[in-house]
Amino acid sequence: MENPIIQTNTNILSIKDLCVAYTADHLSVSHVNVEIPRNQITAIMGPSGCGKSTLLRAINRMHELYRGIQVSGQMLLDGHDLMSMDPIKVRRQVGMVFQRPNPFPTMSIADNVMAGYMLNGLHPDKQQRNQIVERSLRSVGLWDEVKDSLTKKGTFLSGGQQQRLCIARALALQPQIILMDEPTSALDPIATSTIENLLTELQRDVTIIIVTHNMGQARRISQKSLFMYLGELVECGPTETLFSNPSHPHTASYLSGHIG
Amino acid sequence: MNIHSALPSRDKIFRNLLFVSSVIILLVCASMILSLVTDSISAFGEFGFFRFIFSSEWSYQEGNEHYGALPFIVGTLLTTTLALLFCIPFSLPVALFVGEYYKGRRITSFLSTITDLLAGIPSVIFGLWGFYVLRPIVVNLGLSEQGSGILTASFVLAIMIVPYAASLSAEFIKMVPAELKEAAYSMGATRGEVVRHVIFPYCGSGIFSAFILAIGRALGETMTVTMLIGNTNQIPLSITDTGNTMASIICNQFGEANGLRLSSLYAIALILFALTAVINIIGKILIKRAQIK
Ligand SMILES: Nc1ncnc2c1ncn2[C@@H]1O[C@H](COP(=O)(O)OP(=O)(O)OP(=O)(O)O)[C@@H](O)[C@H]1O
Ligand SMILES: [Mg+2]
Repeated sequence: MENPIIQTNTNILSIKDLCVAYTADHLSVSHVNVEIPRNQITAIMGPSGCGKSTLLRAINRMHELYRGIQVSGQMLLDGHDLMSMDPIKVRRQVGMVFQRPNPFPTMSIADNVMAGYMLNGLHPDKQQRNQIVERSLRSVGLWDEVKDSLTKKGTFLSGGQQQRLCIARALALQPQIILMDEPTSALDPIATSTIENLLTELQRDVTIIIVTHNMGQARRISQKSLFMYLGELVECGPTETLFSNPSHPHTASYLSGHIG
Repeated sequence: MNIHSALPSRDKIFRNLLFVSSVIILLVCASMILSLVTDSISAFGEFGFFRFIFSSEWSYQEGNEHYGALPFIVGTLLTTTLALLFCIPFSLPVALFVGEYYKGRRITSFLSTITDLLAGIPSVIFGLWGFYVLRPIVVNLGLSEQGSGILTASFVLAIMIVPYAASLSAEFIKMVPAELKEAAYSMGATRGEVVRHVIFPYCGSGIFSAFILAIGRALGETMTVTMLIGNTNQIPLSITDTGNTMASIICNQFGEANGLRLSSLYAIALILFALTAVINIIGKILIKRAQIK
């Protein structure tokens, strides 16, 4: 905020020469360079095992939770060196939504939304709390469906509702970026399209990076697309260009269903 | 050549053997319970069931025999409760260490081996250690004159049940799904916050059941307690007092008792049996429930 040059920068995140290795002899993400545009949806595609999840989890530094995973390179979040920030602060600004809906089974719907605050030792007063719960649930279109059962367990909801609850939970902390790893692959088509519409609306407030196997989905909701192959970023650019005129043969054959 | 005809008949003999062994075990069990009941009848008949349980007199002067189980019931409940309290600050950290913080690391299997070893040590060795090492410390600290008593026995008992409480709790801690922990981490939670707000709420009932089973072990532990509790037959008035548990009074007096006194020991045995059975059944049910989740 202090620096007007950074503020007006259209890219919120810039990734430079990022490598991730689970074992010493193999790079699962290999020398990736990419810019992530602010308030847009960026899709990551590629065949299974090409390193999409691994790249995504490098951004909120989840790899540090496990031993022996080597991450190198540079990432700038709004111009700040993400790798030298406190990982706790990074994760508050960069939220995550997982493949399978994972609301906390021991918490009510409202408590799930407030989980980020509680886990960070923040205790907003009752009024603020109600505001955050309502705002977050409204932004995922869940408010009207659950406003009378806020004290019920989140695990009673349907899969699609649970996933929206998880998005609300991530949104509650007002992150700058939300990372989503195949967030609709466990959901039926109707729940999937609800979430796609939701993401399109959310991009006004938050930058979204989404891993998806669903090419139609990438095409419908994303403005920028990345195509990965064997750990490398082989192609990236505006989604329309990538789909209509892929420049790399691997991309072309993946998009036409020949690999993956 | 006649392998086809030989197999079924051998199979049959084997099956019958299994059946007979199982029946024998069942019979032994039944006869044990039966003798507990029949041999305690005269004590319960003489004093009445509730009078026996709530009487605190234990006098075996001829012509003035009075037996009541209250001092030993109190002694048992007191040592068990204290042992549980002392055991928690050791077993919970061990369980977290093994099940979460150092899960799957080499140091964990080392620690597990040590705790398993602890579980395998004969209780008389714990008793010996408690008597010659811990008891003088209790005396030197000025906690009690004689050193033996409820406190000393409970402390050693606590160490004995740590392996049970810790290893079972660790199993439940390991069962917490990684996706829930990652969800918490992804919102900026620290490890401690994940433990407090995700792991404990998720497997609290499992950990609770682990401690119930540990209580089940502490209730009936005999040798260590008999060596350390001081063996007096009054209701202990403070935790540094001497006393007796149900197990230790039986162990102390079974050899010299006869008649009404022996029947009273049987009656105490029956109560202890029922109590441990109930606690173990509750523990098992709780564990099943916790695992289903
Ligand atoms: N925890 C791990 N330890 C070791 N290797 C791993 C681990 N996780 C992933 N890998 C390897 O890293 C590579 C990339 O995996 P990643 O999960 O990022 O692929 P992905 O593109 O997300 O695949 P999918 O579409 O199936 O989810 C794979 O070769 C995989 O085997
Ligand atoms: Mg993946």
